Amino acid sequence: MISFVQVGKTYPDGTVAVAATDLTADSGRITVLVGPSGSGKTTLLRMVNRMIEPTGGEILIDGVDVRSKSAPELRRGIGYVIQNAGLFPHRTVLANVMTVPRLLGWSRDKARERAMELLTTVGLEESHAKRYPFQLSGGQQQRVGVARALAADPPVLLMDEPFSAVDPVVRKDLQTELLRLQSELSKTILFVTHDIDEAIQLGDKVAVLNTGGVLEQFDTPTELLANPKNEFVESFLGLDRGVRRLSFFSSTGVPLRPEPVVARDAPAAEVLARRGAQPWLLVVDGGHKPLGWLTAEQVPADGDLTKVAVGELVSYGHTFGAETDSLRAALDSAILSPSSRAVGVAEDGRVVGVASVEELVPAIRAAQSASVPDTGRGDLSDAGDPVNPVTPGGQGDRDDNPETV
Amino acid sequence: MNVLSQAWGWLTTSANWSGTDGIPTRFLQHFEYSVEAVLIGALIAFPLGLLTGHVKRGGLVVTSLANVARALPTLGLVVLLVVVMGVKFRAVMIPLVALTVPPILLNTYEGVRNVDPQLTDAAKGMGLRPWQVLWRAEVPAALPLILTGFQFAAVNAVANTAIAAYSSFGGLGRFVIDGLATTDYGMVAGGAFLIVIAAILNLVFFAVLRKLLISPGLRQKKPTT
Repeated sequence: MISFVQVGKTYPDGTVAVAATDLTADSGRITVLVGPSGSGKTTLLRMVNRMIEPTGGEILIDGVDVRSKSAPELRRGIGYVIQNAGLFPHRTVLANVMTVPRLLGWSRDKARERAMELLTTVGLEESHAKRYPFQLSGGQQQRVGVARALAADPPVLLMDEPFSAVDPVVRKDLQTELLRLQSELSKTILFVTHDIDEAIQLGDKVAVLNTGGVLEQFDTPTELLANPKNEFVESFLGLDRGVRRLSFFSSTGVPLRPEPVVARDAPAAEVLARRGAQPWLLVVDGGHKPLGWLTAEQVPADGDLTKVAVGELVSYGHTFGAETDSLRAALDSAILSPSSRAVGVAEDGRVVGVASVEELVPAIRAAQSASVPDTGRGDLSDAGDPVNPVTPGGQGDRDDNPETV
Repeated sequence: MNVLSQAWGWLTTSANWSGTDGIPTRFLQHFEYSVEAVLIGALIAFPLGLLTGHVKRGGLVVTSLANVARALPTLGLVVLLVVVMGVKFRAVMIPLVALTVPPILLNTYEGVRNVDPQLTDAAKGMGLRPWQVLWRAEVPAALPLILTGFQFAAVNAVANTAIAAYSSFGGLGRFVIDGLATTDYGMVAGGAFLIVIAAILNLVFFAVLRKLLISPGLRQKKPTT
């Protein structure tokens, strides 16, 4: 647990970077500091490992004042990850990860063994160990940065905008990866970002800071989205906070109706029977995977769907995982398709059923009144790959640099 | 007989390869003076460059000092100091050192100062002490530039040791000066040739040093995507 007690930082010229702040980052949780530039979020973080000394108050890690040890000693017990990783360019990936264990006096063999193990943990291959940082992509470098911070197994991890410098696809991978790691390691993580989306996705709790280092609100993401305390927090959250909050609620409550789903090679009688009752039919292939929508009028009079070319079917946009994805993903799926209907699929991609926007409303209402979400945090697949719902760690190496691999 | 064949004749005369004023002796003298000039220069300039580069302060002092030293006319200074102090080792070494200090000082300062601040931040944040940050992060990362500074210093030393021979001093410049005095152009050209050899050996030495000391991680910069 990291406790900030009336911690402030005023520079000699009178500039207030951080106003007297009380904040507690719970053990084993991710606490995100988010705010615009000049909000003192990085200053707060850097005061924990004494890269910056506060001018007032005290910081305690598990009840112990950070000033009770020398700064270098303190820092060896705290993982530190920064924006561009800051890897030693002249050292191999392996040597980089071995840095802190070696500083702590581990034997070379033990440090190496630990480093190799960590490279796998952060999703790198053994072949990366002998490479130099310049031979890695930005995303890979950041993974090494995380491995290096974890090397001596510190209970506390400070992450200062670690994913800001990589492209959005890689960033998403790294975020997913961090959540997976955290579910295994349960570190006390203090995470700084200027990106509210990132804050909401990663944080167990989020501290919204305003210019001049003023803490405006400190809450769980869903509470923040539901009840922003003031205008600043509200505007910082953006206009889609309602929709965004839905990502914290599971789509399992959505009624999925199988009736409008019809196989392309279904008997004519069945097709014609279904046409009568539904304005839209979802045509699926032999494997029960979705092909596209068909209006009742488009259905051939003889009920033979094979006469309709797949290209003529109306796009279904994307599907959502009926068991795995959030309400937000379901809503997005419905809004995206001209049929205004969401297609729910099982893990193997087979269509479970469909739901119209109207049929989603009761589930959304339920979410509105629920203060505690039934999922731990927002999933990352909201706008993501619909065919492959996010399975933690299963993102593949999208940030692999083909030139250097 | 043209100068080239005269030089060849001089170089292949066995008498020129022995004795206190023979080619090997002069070559060793030249080597010794150059190395000493670089070492004394490094003793002054390297710590100063490291210090100013590490704290990122004192840039103006460093550059001014380097520029003043660079502006000194070697020959003039040699003659002046010899006149004042007599033909002493110091009289010649001072102008030589004045030429080795600027490149070492400037390159060390610039090299260390311009190390990626993210690198030093990460190094510090991991718990390296200031001294460790300097030796394990800054110096290795700045080494390509630092070595270049040392190479310039060595080039200066080798070239100007030849000039210093003007003041009845040893080294390969002796052949050029004495040859001119006695209109022995074979000796002049042969001496000049030997100075060129010394300069090339110097380059080879630094190429090897680079290979040995600079991490492969710094040798090439490929853009990362």
